[in-house]
Amino acid sequence: MSGQGIIREINGPILKARLPGIRNGEQVRIGALGLFGEVIALEGEQALVQSYENTDGVRPGEPLEGLGWPLSVELGPGLLGSIFDGMQRPLTELYRAHGDLIPRGVAIPALDRERTWRFTPAPDLKPEQGLAAGAVLGRVQETESIEHRILVPPDLGGVLVELAPEGDYRLDDPIGRLRDADGRHHDLFLYHRWPVRRPRPYRRRDHGVAPLLTGQRVLDTFFPVLKGGKAAVPGPFGCGKTVVQQQIARWSNADIVIYVGCGERGNELVDVLESFPKLKDPYSGRIMMERTLLVANTSNMPVVAREASIYVGITIAEYFRDQGYDVVMLADSTSRWAEALREVAGRLGQMPVEEGYPAYLASRLAAFYERAGRVEALGGSAVGSVTLIGAVSPPGGDFSEPVTSHTKEIIDTFWALSKELADARHYPAVDWVGSFSGHVDTAARWWAEQVGEAWAERRAQALALLARDAELARIVNLVGPEALSSAQRWVLEGARLVKEAVLQQSALDPVDSFASPEKQYALLDLALSIYERGAELIDLGMPVQELAAMPLLTRCRRAKGNYDSQQVERIQALKEEAMQQFDRQRAQYAGAGESTP
Amino acid sequence: MSAKEYRTAGSAKGGLLLVREAPAVAFGDRVEIRDHRGRRRNGQVIRCADGEILVQVYEGTDDLDLETTWVRFLDQPLEVALSPDILGRVFSGIGEPRDDRPPIVSDLHRAVSGSAINPAARTYPREFIQTGISTIDGLNALVRGQKLPIFSGSGLPHNRLAAQIVRQARLIDQEAAFSVVFAAMGVSYADARFFQEEFADSGVLGNVVMYINLADDPPIERLALPRVALTAAEYLAFDLDRHVLVVMTDMTHYADALREVATAKGDVPARKGYPGYLYSDLAEIYERSGRIKDRHGSVTLVPVLSMPSDDITHPIPDLTGYITEGQIVLSRELHNQGIYPPVQVSISLSRLMKDGVGKDDTRDDHPRVASQLFALYAHAQEVRNLASIIGADELSDRDRRYLEFADAFDRRFVGQGEDEDRSIFETLNLAWELFSLFPKDELIRVSETDLAKYHRQGDGAS
Repeated sequence: MSGQGIIREINGPILKARLPGIRNGEQVRIGALGLFGEVIALEGEQALVQSYENTDGVRPGEPLEGLGWPLSVELGPGLLGSIFDGMQRPLTELYRAHGDLIPRGVAIPALDRERTWRFTPAPDLKPEQGLAAGAVLGRVQETESIEHRILVPPDLGGVLVELAPEGDYRLDDPIGRLRDADGRHHDLFLYHRWPVRRPRPYRRRDHGVAPLLTGQRVLDTFFPVLKGGKAAVPGPFGCGKTVVQQQIARWSNADIVIYVGCGERGNELVDVLESFPKLKDPYSGRIMMERTLLVANTSNMPVVAREASIYVGITIAEYFRDQGYDVVMLADSTSRWAEALREVAGRLGQMPVEEGYPAYLASRLAAFYERAGRVEALGGSAVGSVTLIGAVSPPGGDFSEPVTSHTKEIIDTFWALSKELADARHYPAVDWVGSFSGHVDTAARWWAEQVGEAWAERRAQALALLARDAELARIVNLVGPEALSSAQRWVLEGARLVKEAVLQQSALDPVDSFASPEKQYALLDLALSIYERGAELIDLGMPVQELAAMPLLTRCRRAKGNYDSQQVERIQALKEEAMQQFDRQRAQYAGAGESTP
Repeated sequence: MSAKEYRTAGSAKGGLLLVREAPAVAFGDRVEIRDHRGRRRNGQVIRCADGEILVQVYEGTDDLDLETTWVRFLDQPLEVALSPDILGRVFSGIGEPRDDRPPIVSDLHRAVSGSAINPAARTYPREFIQTGISTIDGLNALVRGQKLPIFSGSGLPHNRLAAQIVRQARLIDQEAAFSVVFAAMGVSYADARFFQEEFADSGVLGNVVMYINLADDPPIERLALPRVALTAAEYLAFDLDRHVLVVMTDMTHYADALREVATAKGDVPARKGYPGYLYSDLAEIYERSGRIKDRHGSVTLVPVLSMPSDDITHPIPDLTGYITEGQIVLSRELHNQGIYPPVQVSISLSRLMKDGVGKDDTRDDHPRVASQLFALYAHAQEVRNLASIIGADELSDRDRRYLEFADAFDRRFVGQGEDEDRSIFETLNLAWELFSLFPKDELIRVSETDLAKYHRQGDGAS
């Protein structure tokens, strides 16, 4: 404990205090209300403090107390299914204890101290055995689908002195003891604390090998991200950023999903809170909320806690990674986090560089995204990953603004949302021209092994078709469709088919909200096959109007909503039927071609 | 402490008063100022250090002199008195009567700054409000507890639209205690008068609370006004179980007042001179709408803002759009064609519509009809552009149908009378009339069941 100080000045969330002997980054309690805050700079005996809570009513002369530790999170059983604020206070408990509004200066432990957990010690651990930092002490079945592995804290290691037998324990009951290299004994618990601004250590980093499957065609098939990758979703308001993020939270094949609502709408978090307990994970069949955890700092909650919230989220993500799980963390939105940085920097009078942002914006963003990755954990052979997906909210939809442009330099996968597509209600409004993925080659290996040999080729063909469509559309806009040849007009029809039958996917359609890789591939193959066979017929002289009017095309467009992921063979059957029709048409036209020279 | 007056003003500029040799007053506390003629002004502490206090003066600092300005620190935050008697009254931006009637007397005082609603205490808004306006009900439905702004421009009929919403808004099959909180910031006398007459004519005046700051009133008062109004709205909703519709106009004037004070304080500007905290500040206001578990009332927010130079990327509409649950955008082009209400549907949006419409709420086909209308209209706009280049005669038959649809849509679906209160069923049937221009194969966003039930090709929408 580093003792008491006196508040000298209050300027919104930033305070100055006389506080000798305090450390930078240390947690403090502020004034008579006991608000929570953090030291952000020191100058002689003067400390600059940012408050996580509204400072109304605080006066100069009130005391300020250093707590002796930096902002940390509690990591242990009970995390899953919870909703925390930006300082990891459990919001449901706060609601029960304090009512509708968030009170100030209230400390409630993040994890329930009363609840008992069934702990099963690791069978191969014996007293006097060496115990590395991060080693697995045992397990707790936290939810039906997730087994919580109890870890030795990453900054502790030595020799096991004793380990509790299988039984029910509360978080504050010691479950073991360890002797470190200096001969000191440490009690071990079901949980430990870790400072949020320090990345959790790991043994080594690994390459990503498998794509994160989201069930969204435009993401999985066109712009894949790997487990352990970094992706950004930028888009102006109203383009469906939040829906894309929620769809990933719902349908991705990760073990754990951490959703950080950073400076966003309260009602969106409620939507997740109310809908997830009713949804089933398509992979395990279990209730979605069992693998989900929310960190909520809505836009009206204090700005400093907003800045902290994404670190709270990523630290919890790393903790599950260290247990060997594949974790997805969604940060919605990183722009609000950057703006929180800007707001604090502004209050401190720091020199703004771009649009008011401080000079350290780019380095902070990069350091944050670097916490994603696939790693071999410290303690043993477990391999886990954190996939980081950040929403970006560029002002005015301008992708050249600082947060978007710096983010773009860091990430591997970029899902650019387009206002034009959203205005046309083409959802997800992921723009195939502005988006990119650095993971296509690795993903292609996976798809070729698991789903279809020709995935990479099919994907490239579809993108090429869309690119030709964009080119031709420019001509049409200048001179009208009559100027195009039949083959060119069929390109427009083919691209329309790819857009409507494959790319567009309604989050609200219960049949099509999630598409398995097999369904994705079957739909893409169907649309492209129709286009290719149609192009042959055009060459043989079939009028494009007649082709475009084939009822087959409408059936292809409706296939995504008519057949779910269990009915892929019906999409394949539709393709077979289509091919037979084309064969007949071809025979007709080829025949006609011979008889009339 | 509250009895003592300090005559130690150090500077007065841009609505801010610096007081030296002051006691240790709390951040956010209320301040009372008496000028050389003994007139009273109100202020609030916005920065405090040992012995030096910065006060934001709601009536502005014009005509103050440093020698003869007395400052009293009231040792309490900015509060309003609340009781059911506020209904039917008119107040200033800091909650003082503006209607020559006595102040509200009540034991219940609430700080206007409010606290954040715990997300775990909220329930998701999903009750459809019928406004009787097709472009809203059919395509951008409003639900109870939503915040849905109207983005407008100078000279566009946003006030008439807001008044029509107030007049017609109701649940489909339910009567409930209903109130309106009207918050006017920097509006003209004529606009304020228009709303007052509207409320009187439609007989809701007794259920309306008005907070008014006119264009020639001090701008700093606009910073307190929405907070005062929302404190009243929360009281009506969560203490008195009423469904409250809050209309705020014009948020642009609010943001400009914020910029004025920020500049005077020397805050680092972010975009167009607005401070970096504009987003957080607007969010503090907008996020006060919503529904809360186990409470019967609701706060639904319809802020009106005029986009400077009709620019939707201007920081005020831009940041608003990131916070609110959608936006209704008015179009000058439609307005110039004489179409009322000139709602530009392609860029309008309601994020909460998805859970408020459909089988149990409106009609089964509603979400798909909306999606189909959007898709058809989007393509129709492309065809229109094309037609303006190559001429309508050069269009294909298919495209000509789209052109016909676009005109019928603007004229019949978007356009409606100021007193025309269309039920949601009328709106949906109108949509199906427009769909009859197209063959079934062109309508892929509606289901085959919908087509069988509602599609009548050739009925013709002329």
